[in-house]
Amino acid sequence: MLTRKRSMLASITRLRGRITILCLALLGVMCTLLTPLPTLGLEVPPPAGYINDLADMISPHTETRLLRVLQSLELSDSTQIAILTINSLEGEVLEELSIKALNTWGVGQKDKDNGVLVLVAKKERKIRIEVGYGLEGVLTDLLAGRIIDTIITPLFTKGRFDEGFEAGIGAIVKATRGEYKADGRRMRNRSHRQEPPPLFNYLFFGIAIIAFLGRGSKKRGMLTGAIILPLVFFLGMSSPLSLWILLLLMPAGAMGGLIFPLLFGSMLMGRRGGFYTGGSYGGGGSFGGGFGGFGGGGFGGGGASGGW
Amino acid sequence: MRPVILFFIATLILPLLTSCGYNTIQQNDEAVIAAWGDVEAAYQRRADLIPNLVEVVKGSAAHEKETLTAVTEARAQVGKMQLGSEVLNNPQAMSQFQAAQGGLSSALSRLMVVVERYPDLKANQNFRDLQHQLEGTENRINVARVRFNDAVKIFNTSIRTFPNNLTNRFLTQLPRREPFKAEAGAEKAPAVKF
Repeated sequence: MLTRKRSMLASITRLRGRITILCLALLGVMCTLLTPLPTLGLEVPPPAGYINDLADMISPHTETRLLRVLQSLELSDSTQIAILTINSLEGEVLEELSIKALNTWGVGQKDKDNGVLVLVAKKERKIRIEVGYGLEGVLTDLLAGRIIDTIITPLFTKGRFDEGFEAGIGAIVKATRGEYKADGRRMRNRSHRQEPPPLFNYLFFGIAIIAFLGRGSKKRGMLTGAIILPLVFFLGMSSPLSLWILLLLMPAGAMGGLIFPLLFGSMLMGRRGGFYTGGSYGGGGSFGGGFGGFGGGGFGGGGASGGW
Repeated sequence: MRPVILFFIATLILPLLTSCGYNTIQQNDEAVIAAWGDVEAAYQRRADLIPNLVEVVKGSAAHEKETLTAVTEARAQVGKMQLGSEVLNNPQAMSQFQAAQGGLSSALSRLMVVVERYPDLKANQNFRDLQHQLEGTENRINVARVRFNDAVKIFNTSIRTFPNNLTNRFLTQLPRREPFKAEAGAEKAPAVKF
């Protein structure tokens, strides 16, 4: 009787343990499966060019002419003007949408913040001119408002969208022209240049340490290499490496600990200086067809809104 | 041999310091202070616009003395506020700042409602220009506040997560920062229509 009771108790505790494990496993699965929900509202598409006519308001002919104007403006002044038309705001606030678009697009050069976005919502009949930090001095809220009120709106009211866009962009170009000069270098390369990854800096110091410590004895060099190399990769990589790769790096580091002192030992002693010239990390992929991507200019909510 | 070992230990420990989050906390703290500077600048811009706005409205809508006085008084309240990043470390000053700015916002929105009754004012080019400027400023305030809250969120997260919480407790000892809260009605931007 007693033994039966005890065995029942044991089985119950075992069952409870199993349930706990099961629950924990479920929780783990849920945690990994529950990726953050997509944000509600309009998604801003990546820019296809200066003109993103999603609502089909601009005729192809006008679009080519506008493109020419916008391209020549960027070539001479580096100022970037983007046009985005959408069918409907779908309940979003115009001003918030334009900032959202600009946070992802980054119209204008990074160091000049000289970008302008003209956003038009067709169904709501709303216009916004969003002005980058660097152009707030010349294209003030007041002027942007006047451009909307006196130039764009009267034409849009009559349904003459092509003319409205052309006159509006013309006024914006006139206001911003001369504020900045293009640097002569092609913007598109600069805007896509990448920062040198920190790994190279760590690697440089790591090798220097290995070479320094490994000069006297091979044993010490191997030991240093086996420790430093995984450490360098652990710290330098932006994404964490798995333990196994780090373990694999240890023998590689030990090998390095034998070789580096021989290679660089003499340089460290100062007989021949400067083996690290700092490679250039230039030129990422550039877009073809005249549009080099936007430069990452900053916006702070300057500009004006209006409607027709 | 001994200096070599010391050097070795130092090189091992130095990277550990960077991974304890000390630098991250400092960077995020500076980001919060910078974002706060933008918030203040945006509010200051609005305060600077108000004398002009009051003048223009006075010209066409002199009867609305009460509303105009309310705006001027709220503006004076805002002008008395203590400014600078010290406000960030003082929750009381922070809530005072928010209350004063909220008061100005609601006074302004009342003025804008009143103004709707004066067609000649609405047709006035000066007034329309001011409306655009006011509208742009309200929008800037919104953007600056959202960015400030983002910076605060990043900062607060960075002092609460491991191992940064230990670093903050023993080294940096920075307090949690309060984000802007939406106030019921008071913080609504005045409805500027034209």
